[in-house]
Amino acid sequence: MKEENPVSDPTKVTSNAPAIELRGITKTFGSVVANNNVNLLVNRGEILSILGENGSGKTTLMNMISGIYFPDKGQIFIDGQEVLIRSPKDAFKYRIGMIHQHFKLVDLFTATENIVLGLEDGRKYDLAAYGKEIAAICEQYGFVIDLNKKIYNMSVSEKQTVEIIKVLYRGADILILDEPTAVLTPQETETLFAVLRRMREAGKSIIIITHKLHEVLSISNRVSVLCKGQYIGTVNTAETNESELTEMMVGKKISLNIHRSEPKGVEDRLVVDNLRCVDREGLPVLKGISFTAKSGEILGIAGIAGSGQRELLEAIAGLQPLTEGTITYNNPTSGKAENLRDKTPTQIRELGVRLSFVPEDRLGMGLVGNMDIVDNMMLRSYRKGPLGFLNRKPPATLADTIISDLEVVTPSSKTPVRRLSGGNVQKVLVGREIASAPTVFMAAYPVRGLDINSSFTIYNLLNEQKEKGVAVIFVGEDLDVLLELCDRILVIGSGAVTGVVDARTVTKEQVGLLMTKTAQEGGTEDGE
Amino acid sequence: MENNQSNAPADAVSEAVIANEKAIHEPLFHVVKRDAMPWYKSWGIRIAAVVLAMLVVALFGFVLTKNDPIAIYRVMIDGAFGTENRIWSLLLDTALLLGVALAVTPAFKMRFWNIGAEGQVLMGGLICAACMLKLGDKMSTGLLLLVMVVASMLAGAIWGLIPAFFKAYWNANETLFTLMMNYIATSIVSCYCYIWSGGGSGRVGIINRKTKIGWLPNLGSHTQTLNIVIILVLTVILFIYLRYSKHGYEISVVGESENTARYIGINVKKVILRTMLLSGALCGLIGMLLVSGTNHTVATSTAGGRGFTAIMVSWLAKFNPLYMILTSFLIVFLQKGSKEISTIFGLNDAIGDIVSGIVIFFVIGSEFFINYKLMLRTKKSGKEEK
Repeated sequence: MKEENPVSDPTKVTSNAPAIELRGITKTFGSVVANNNVNLLVNRGEILSILGENGSGKTTLMNMISGIYFPDKGQIFIDGQEVLIRSPKDAFKYRIGMIHQHFKLVDLFTATENIVLGLEDGRKYDLAAYGKEIAAICEQYGFVIDLNKKIYNMSVSEKQTVEIIKVLYRGADILILDEPTAVLTPQETETLFAVLRRMREAGKSIIIITHKLHEVLSISNRVSVLCKGQYIGTVNTAETNESELTEMMVGKKISLNIHRSEPKGVEDRLVVDNLRCVDREGLPVLKGISFTAKSGEILGIAGIAGSGQRELLEAIAGLQPLTEGTITYNNPTSGKAENLRDKTPTQIRELGVRLSFVPEDRLGMGLVGNMDIVDNMMLRSYRKGPLGFLNRKPPATLADTIISDLEVVTPSSKTPVRRLSGGNVQKVLVGREIASAPTVFMAAYPVRGLDINSSFTIYNLLNEQKEKGVAVIFVGEDLDVLLELCDRILVIGSGAVTGVVDARTVTKEQVGLLMTKTAQEGGTEDGE
Repeated sequence: MENNQSNAPADAVSEAVIANEKAIHEPLFHVVKRDAMPWYKSWGIRIAAVVLAMLVVALFGFVLTKNDPIAIYRVMIDGAFGTENRIWSLLLDTALLLGVALAVTPAFKMRFWNIGAEGQVLMGGLICAACMLKLGDKMSTGLLLLVMVVASMLAGAIWGLIPAFFKAYWNANETLFTLMMNYIATSIVSCYCYIWSGGGSGRVGIINRKTKIGWLPNLGSHTQTLNIVIILVLTVILFIYLRYSKHGYEISVVGESENTARYIGINVKKVILRTMLLSGALCGLIGMLLVSGTNHTVATSTAGGRGFTAIMVSWLAKFNPLYMILTSFLIVFLQKGSKEISTIFGLNDAIGDIVSGIVIFFVIGSEFFINYKLMLRTKKSGKEEK
């Protein structure tokens, strides 16, 4: 009575139905629409790339396929049959396997132990027998790995291999890889792609998320593009090129009418030279970044998320240890040049450097969520109290000023900032940072998650600072905003500068291309 | 249905699976975080929880003793307030428990899970006893008391600083570390008890029974008064310290977000060390009050589990020293009252723990309903349940 074969028996799949199809998927988080009416289709024996800027909704979409989120609207079809995926277990039942950006492996176990961990096949726990089966899979797809090696002895690429073998061993037919090449060297990437091609030949369906255009072009059959949660379209890789994809990805130029004045009193305020640092695993994050932030102008920093923006700003603020490089601050009052490298935030302040920093993680770094607005204002000034005690009067006055000047919507200045909406939280943070009359003002994604009105409040505040002669550094993700707000834009890719452009003349596509340059082509520090 | 035989069962199964899935579209209920709640509503929920707990206790008591629930309550109240002595003992125990709770609070506000108060109190008490035994005849009473206070606080502070040091520099897990420090303290105390008892019973006995050297002086007619007054003064000081001092502010910032602390230039290591120094020193002081002001002897049971109960007191009061007066009173009242129940009705001693357990379970449970609500599955957005 059913024409389609049961999903639980994939060997019988003969129909031409696509392996997986999404129709009209919508997912919202509060007022934020992460995915709006997205359609997606992957055939058997095909590699589909999903392309999109940060926050375009790629990961949310993949999380719905792998059962981590449940869509608000829309349907998912596997082999032409509608299915409901409510949990990762369901996803596994439909033979969907996801390889996350952050590996989920037990460090003290070997590869084989990790692969069979949590398997419920009713068999005896016989590692040797399992090992043989896993070795067969490795041979089939050309994985080179020592299955008896413990995870903590493995390189990032080996760990990723274990993750892929794990989902394959569990019988996944649809594999989702979330930015698999972000952590790999070019050689490792080639090896991974060779394996992916072999998997495609074996009839697997592969969805790969990546930002790197040349990889998209070299590996995939088709490319689907998302932009700001909207589904833009799907093209055949053979019939497209980098500039068409960039255009789809960045979208049409939208005029925002942000006021931009000509820079005045420009002088070098902060000179950053050859910054290098490594992450916890010892992998390089900043690979020799150099730039100059000038007073009276806004320097934009563009780049794919995780290209080193956070580390760069934190290094300047004295929060990120560096392995190499200098940060020179030219003090406008004393005329002295100070090196800020290896100084703590307190030491930087004691040098008379007025540096304000609006970090990306507002409630996790810039503010304390459970404290009220007054106490958050006090973060910068609490040391001024008499003796060992706090003086809450000045911060209370400041809180009231910011609430009325920036139109912060809050029941009172005694409300914990955690209870405020994103835009109001940001106004509180930016307001406090501006109140200390900075000479350098750094803001990381200051309008992320904010509505239009709040965003414009923030742009105006940044412009005001610029007109006061402050050197403003603005890390942004929306290219339209960067192009209209900034004077110059520094583009970074994988921890290196890929270009410095004039925001008044550059086009969106040019910036987009610089952003997606990889380290190997874009390793140089002098852009244009 | 006229499919070939081999496929039919598989079809039926998959159909059932799919039908089942359609029905269970959403889980039965899910948990949603609440927005702010006015204070009267949150206190309403808390009071309702206590009332509910009392009903369960009554039911439980009725099942076990076949007595009128009112009689059970009467026994409980009698156990806590029945005689003048009982009232004094209730107040003293409340004060001592409150003292330990005050001591652990700065650490807890910093999210440093100091469960080593027991050991810190013991070390303070041990040093205090040592002073009473060894220095009693070498100096004036006033000086001796001063030395006892300083030495006990120092001992507690060192016991607290060791795990803090390892936490600050190598991020060693403070929970395990402070817990293990308890066992070391217990062993040291039992070792000294053996030595001081002359290698015999292992019991030290009342120190300076006749001379009362090193005993905390009486304030008014009662021995307990000075203890209680000291701890009440401490409560006020700690309230001010946590709420109005720069140190208190730094503790809150470090506890809420270490990243924010680093961002504004707080030296996190220094704050951890300083706060544990304070926490340990206060524990040591309570140890001194226990030995010099209450028991006049030292034993491995001197702290009497207060180091652990204090965690609950502090937590239930949301780390507010003034609320801790209430929560420590509640817990001591429950302990005394339920002990009386087991005596009067001839029940096992464990009954006291069970009764306290029920009440505390409800009180802690009520916090869940203050912070979250359950959304039942319905056609629309779901209905709220308390």
